[in-house]
Amino acid sequence: MTNVVIVGGGPAGVRAASILVEAGLKPILVNEARQVGGQGYRMPAKSLALDLKVLMGSEAGKYRRLHSLFASLEKRIDYRPATLVWGVHDKVLHTLCDGVAGTIPYDALILTTGATDRIMPLPNWTLPGVFTLGGAQVILKDQGCLIGSRIVFLGSSPLLLLAALQYHKSGASIAAVVDTTPFSAKRAAMRDLAASSRTLARGIMYRAALHWAGIPIIDGATPLAIDGKDYVEGVRIRDGRGRERLIPCDAVAYGYGLKPETQLAELAGARFRFDPTFRLWLPETDADGRAGADLYLAGDSAAIGGADAAEASGALAAHALLADFGRPQPETELVRLRRQVGRLRRFQKGLARAFAWPVEQVAALTDETIACRCEAVTVGEIRGAVRAPLGPREVNRVKAITRCGMGRCQGRFCGPALQEIVAGACGAPIAEVGRLRTQAPVKPIPLHAAAELEP
Amino acid sequence: MRAIPRHGVPLRITIDGHAVEAVEGDSLLAVLLLNGRAVRHLEFGGAPRAGFCLMGACQDCWVSLGDGERVRACTTLAVSDMIVWTDHQKAGAND
Amino acid sequence: MTTKTKIVIVGGGLIGTWTALLLAKRGLDVILIEKGIVGAQSSGVNFGNLRLQGRHPGQYPLSLRSQALWENIDELIGDRCEFERTGHLYVAMNDAEQAKLEQYARVSESHGLVIERIDREELRRRWPWVGESPQAATYSARDATANPRLVSVAVARAAQRLNAEVLERTCVTQVHQTGAGFTVMTDTGCVIDCDAVVNSAGAWALTVAEAFGETAPMFAAGPPQFVTEPLPYRIAPSVQAVDGSAIFRQVPRGNVIFAGYPRTAADPVLNRAPVPPVKTLNGMRNLMTIAPFLKSAQVIRVWSGIEGYLPDMLPVIGESETTPGLYHAFGFCGHGFQVGPGVAAVLVDLIVEGRTDTPINIFSIARFKDAVQVSDKLAREFDGPAVAGSRAG
Repeated sequence: MTNVVIVGGGPAGVRAASILVEAGLKPILVNEARQVGGQGYRMPAKSLALDLKVLMGSEAGKYRRLHSLFASLEKRIDYRPATLVWGVHDKVLHTLCDGVAGTIPYDALILTTGATDRIMPLPNWTLPGVFTLGGAQVILKDQGCLIGSRIVFLGSSPLLLLAALQYHKSGASIAAVVDTTPFSAKRAAMRDLAASSRTLARGIMYRAALHWAGIPIIDGATPLAIDGKDYVEGVRIRDGRGRERLIPCDAVAYGYGLKPETQLAELAGARFRFDPTFRLWLPETDADGRAGADLYLAGDSAAIGGADAAEASGALAAHALLADFGRPQPETELVRLRRQVGRLRRFQKGLARAFAWPVEQVAALTDETIACRCEAVTVGEIRGAVRAPLGPREVNRVKAITRCGMGRCQGRFCGPALQEIVAGACGAPIAEVGRLRTQAPVKPIPLHAAAELEP
Repeated sequence: MRAIPRHGVPLRITIDGHAVEAVEGDSLLAVLLLNGRAVRHLEFGGAPRAGFCLMGACQDCWVSLGDGERVRACTTLAVSDMIVWTDHQKAGAND
Repeated sequence: MTTKTKIVIVGGGLIGTWTALLLAKRGLDVILIEKGIVGAQSSGVNFGNLRLQGRHPGQYPLSLRSQALWENIDELIGDRCEFERTGHLYVAMNDAEQAKLEQYARVSESHGLVIERIDREELRRRWPWVGESPQAATYSARDATANPRLVSVAVARAAQRLNAEVLERTCVTQVHQTGAGFTVMTDTGCVIDCDAVVNSAGAWALTVAEAFGETAPMFAAGPPQFVTEPLPYRIAPSVQAVDGSAIFRQVPRGNVIFAGYPRTAADPVLNRAPVPPVKTLNGMRNLMTIAPFLKSAQVIRVWSGIEGYLPDMLPVIGESETTPGLYHAFGFCGHGFQVGPGVAAVLVDLIVEGRTDTPINIFSIARFKDAVQVSDKLAREFDGPAVAGSRAG
């Protein structure tokens, strides 16, 4: 076993590297970002007077441990920061670093590519000032900047409260936290969530803290539109009692939980199945993260589980890899890790039920609403294409006809909504309309990247 | 807006011909947002855009540099004397 | 279900849909059967060139007949499908390629096309973005482009409006002769009696041909293609390097679409045609050579398709050798988009009149009974080993 490559420098990737190093290997760790930590434990930019206790709260200790673990590993691995993996083919990774294309062959591959926010289109959601919820946290941690001066946190996610609290502690003015899931639905799901009472307790604590700070929390609201002409001026909602309200603001942090980044897994040969709880196509793995021959997935890119699950699943994937290459691994440790990962991912599934993806909003979307922000394709164009004679009922065909998902982001952000819109327009179960296929490059690459290559 | 003060090396960069101040470690997108509400205009119809995901995934904050190079503002650090054109057409006019 | 109809068309690509339309226009009963979705295979994912210069000399009458239909597409189907008379710029990098262009130009001119010879200086003057490597070019103003993603579906819809029946997600399971006609059976339980069958099943066409005791050495491959982010509109014509290393055009939306040889492997059984990253990188370098101003343009998406190829790089068009009433049109070797409507018109001639004025003898399936001519393009346009291992179905 010569080349073990890990893609991703979050908790899953770093932990996987540490297990491999302990086993005497020198893995290659390819990280698209300049610093390790992933999105959750990312290091602030230089010269930023950031109080990590304020931002990380109870997670500050874990943040420090991950970064010190990496510091102890850095010289014992082949670390490639600021390197995008844009393709996988025949057991070779295709990379882009500093504008130059390169390759990394591998014998075994661990993918820990993380997640992005899942988004439902909304009238005017493309206006300047609307950012993803995850992005709002990133720019605060990474840059010490806020997304606006008066902010609405909108969507449904356990991170909604956390992010609002982080912003509040950083001096932001928060207009409201608007959660589309009714509180009663959350309370009902909470019973399933008792498995992780600590996380549950944190959620209740965030809620109380925001309440004491006088920040309105509106549960069970339906977002109607972002208001504004050239930039955000407010959020129009219908509250739980059916009243329409306009909440003035200059920025919106928007999201409905997370969606795994699975493009590289697909190119490396992972298979996908439709998960009815998340209503997403997710890669198939066994309990240890095996997704195919010499392919292992860990962290949120395998299944949304949060940072603790990411770390444990990273360790598990590394153990599985070592075992598959003929090095027996300590069974008790494997059992412990499997239990931990299983418990945390079950908890996330419970959260996915408690903070629901607002399927019912799809039918209510106006035809003028933009679904694909890259190509400016509207919901009405998608519905029209599906309902036309010989109209497509499969998302890749809808993409071919409408351009939805054809732009720079390759359907990352419109994909989940596209599935819902197509299913709604043709009356098919969502699992039957398929999912957007991936081809390399998974992110844009410049022509000159190939300049130095031999013909 | 900045929530947390930054005490680094000051930089000057140019955005669409206007000089602006930045600090070493600032992402290009942060500088753009600290100096205006829109980051670019959509190629199709010209609607204003200001990025979205802030973590290199949505690809909605690509801008041009003085040498014609294209960069994603949220994952690019501002460096001294950088020349930024937010729209392709403006960048082209300065070939 | 048993119905009596005139013609069954197997395969709903460009050829099948145009044939359905033109037959329906003649008032005939048509059923078009497509195993998947209309226009989803190579008809829907090709580059979209309606190129006239540089075609095989024997193809000109067919190509010109086809171009006339393309030029009239709006009137024929009520949709332009982004048809644009963009012109086609053929660029040569050396003397040998320039000589080849001269050869092509003479053939084109003998069929009445207007070909402009462009020297280095004029090339830079008229298309200032062209880089240093091209030394000469020919330009044909009548050449055009259209959007392949839209065409087949739009043509099928137009056929439907003229009462042609289109059955998607339907596989033909059996075709056999019954007296003067045929019986076609499908996996959905249809049993259709008809007078003629058109085999336009693309890379999957051998199944039908072989059911009637004839075959062709067809193999599957695909064109590796990519597209850049939208850029200010600057490249008006469709551009092609003589050696096929770069074929590109810019759509008015701004994206530059690229295709280039060597072609890539495709799997008609698994229905997959992934583009290996190395092909994309090669294409990127080749594009930058001809259009250096694109060096910082970002490639955002790649795709390919599953096309049927034959060793002499010519399609099979015409009536079956074994079975009167069966008509083949497949194996277009990556050159089917431009000739598609013309092929359909020829098939209609054959079905309705029993003859056609358009010369098509060189496309007969009979040619594969003898030693097969191998085109020199085979070595140039393909990766050696990929070809042998991918017999089309």
